[in-house]
Amino acid sequence: MTKHDIVIIGAGPAGLAAAVAAYEAGVKDILLLERDCEAGGILNQCIHNGFGLHRFGEELSGPEYAGKYIDMLKSTDVKLQLGTTVLNIENKIVSAVSEANGFEQFEAKAIILAMGCRERNRGPISVPGDRGKGVFTAGAAQRYLNIEGYLVGKKIVILGSGDIGLIMARRMTLEGAKVLAVSEIMPFTNGLSRNVAQCLEDFDIPLYLSHTVTKVIGKDSLEGIEISKVDENMKPIKGTEKYFECDTLLLSVGLVPENELTRQAGIDLDLRTRGASVGEDMQTSEEGVFACGNVLHVHDLVDYVSAESERAGRSAAKYVLGTAAAEKDGLNVNVGLNLGYTVPQRINRVNVEKGVDIFFRVRKKIRVGEIRVESNGEKIASFKREFLAPAEMEKITVPKVLLDKANGSITVSAIDLEEEAK
Amino acid sequence: MKEMICIVCPRGCHLTIDETTLEAKGNTCPRGEEYAKNEITSPMRTITGSVGISGGIHSRLAVRTNRAVPKSKMFEIMAALHACRVQAPVKRGDVIIENVCGTGANVIASRDM
Ligand SMILES: Cc1cc2nc3c(=O)[nH]c(=O)nc-3n(C[C@H](O)[C@H](O)[C@H](O)COP(=O)(O)OP(=O)(O)OC[C@H]3O[C@@H](n4cnc5c(N)ncnc54)[C@H](O)[C@@H]3O)c2cc1C
Ligand code: SF4
Repeated sequence: MTKHDIVIIGAGPAGLAAAVAAYEAGVKDILLLERDCEAGGILNQCIHNGFGLHRFGEELSGPEYAGKYIDMLKSTDVKLQLGTTVLNIENKIVSAVSEANGFEQFEAKAIILAMGCRERNRGPISVPGDRGKGVFTAGAAQRYLNIEGYLVGKKIVILGSGDIGLIMARRMTLEGAKVLAVSEIMPFTNGLSRNVAQCLEDFDIPLYLSHTVTKVIGKDSLEGIEISKVDENMKPIKGTEKYFECDTLLLSVGLVPENELTRQAGIDLDLRTRGASVGEDMQTSEEGVFACGNVLHVHDLVDYVSAESERAGRSAAKYVLGTAAAEKDGLNVNVGLNLGYTVPQRINRVNVEKGVDIFFRVRKKIRVGEIRVESNGEKIASFKREFLAPAEMEKITVPKVLLDKANGSITVSAIDLEEEAK
Repeated sequence: MKEMICIVCPRGCHLTIDETTLEAKGNTCPRGEEYAKNEITSPMRTITGSVGISGGIHSRLAVRTNRAVPKSKMFEIMAALHACRVQAPVKRGDVIIENVCGTGANVIASRDM
């Protein structure tokens, strides 16, 4: 067993940014473990542009964004070990397996979880009908096309309007496939508005909101898909069926943080985010174990992943160097009206210098809204926000002076001002 | 008046533009105004795709145009990418196709390989 100050699991944008930040904060003995044959995570297959405007002030493709962090990593002494899958974490001992070294164990003073997320597949969402070839998750189709060069089909229907599905609708159209429809069960899209504009509208791809797949036809390989409109209770309405002859169904129905290791380690998970519950320093319920990126909550912007992961890296460094604050002045963060979740879930005020960032998603579309922070029924901060949507992660920064007014816990809610005015 | 979503950055501002005076509203930054004007006069897009590569760890190399090109040239540029094949090693930013389809833009490599 070898010993390291910090062991980081996953070398996607989260793990890379955490490693660089921890190194710059003064910890030199860092090991970064990645199961893939290269660093960069999901960004390697996201060859479209739209990354990095916040972080680098320019619009980059996914691989370019990853490349910049890989270059930064190369300028440090962080040890990157590829082709290594972590199997288990217990009491700061990380067990892993690789083709090169077989089974190995590493003892760490601090651990950073950066395993990213995986796509929901059709198991949990139960698409009815035959089980022929031709059903893929959008991300799998993206990997086939962008890394290996295989177009999985020619006539395509996409179920779900998540960003990956939208991006793939454009990508496959440009490669010569015909995307017949994008079917979304909710009355709104799950992807960013800009992706609806540049991926669907640019190519006149029809988007059917409040529609779901009611039949999958084709015994050996896919022959067609039937979709139907749904009522308010998400039940298909008879007589609204539409049939599309197609050879491929892509599923873009959401991402789930990859927390098998976290669960096994006995770390507290938040049922809302499906990631670990963390403090403002990104520390989980287990001392010295930190989490960041998509393993913590699903992000739509990699720039926020980097910022969050740099914070995790710096906190882990402080923990290792013994400079983290020992005192505790804790506040719980509660999820109020119209909110899906918050990250962090608790705040140690001792660590807050100027203010604290709270990330969240709303549960419904709000055109004109107010994000309200309350403590014991009293309003302590308020932020005006327009065009809030469940598909877009939002952030507020609560200044320390306002946070100091809170007692015990704070509750964050999103008020629909138009509804309130009625 | 035309309504549109600015696609220049992920913020996705909701813009409205007067089609005759080309006066834009709703943009948070000047890039949004420029985008709205272009959408009316000559829509531009950055094209991303891949070209074949030999001797690399994967069989496709991610590439993009180094700036936005006329939307009407999208499929022509895709055909140029299909016809192109390179040899590893390639560095991020290397020019793969110069002045692609006469647009004045270059196709550049998105990564090292
Ligand atoms: C299809 C798609 C399109 C996107 N489009 C955009 C966009 O246009 N603009 C934008 O800003 N953002 C976009 N994003 C978001 C952004 O790419 C992600 O938020 C970001 O990649 C998350 O980084 P991460 O490091 O947390 O996870 P990942 O990139 O998933 O990296 C996790 C890494 O951990 C490794 N790993 C997992 N488990 C183990 C284990 N047990 N042992 C060892 N290694 C392990 C994985 O191999 C992987 O390399 C997109 C995401 C997707 C999926
Ligand atoms: S107007 Fe500016 S801030 Fe708004 S989406 Fe466009 S580029 Fe982004």
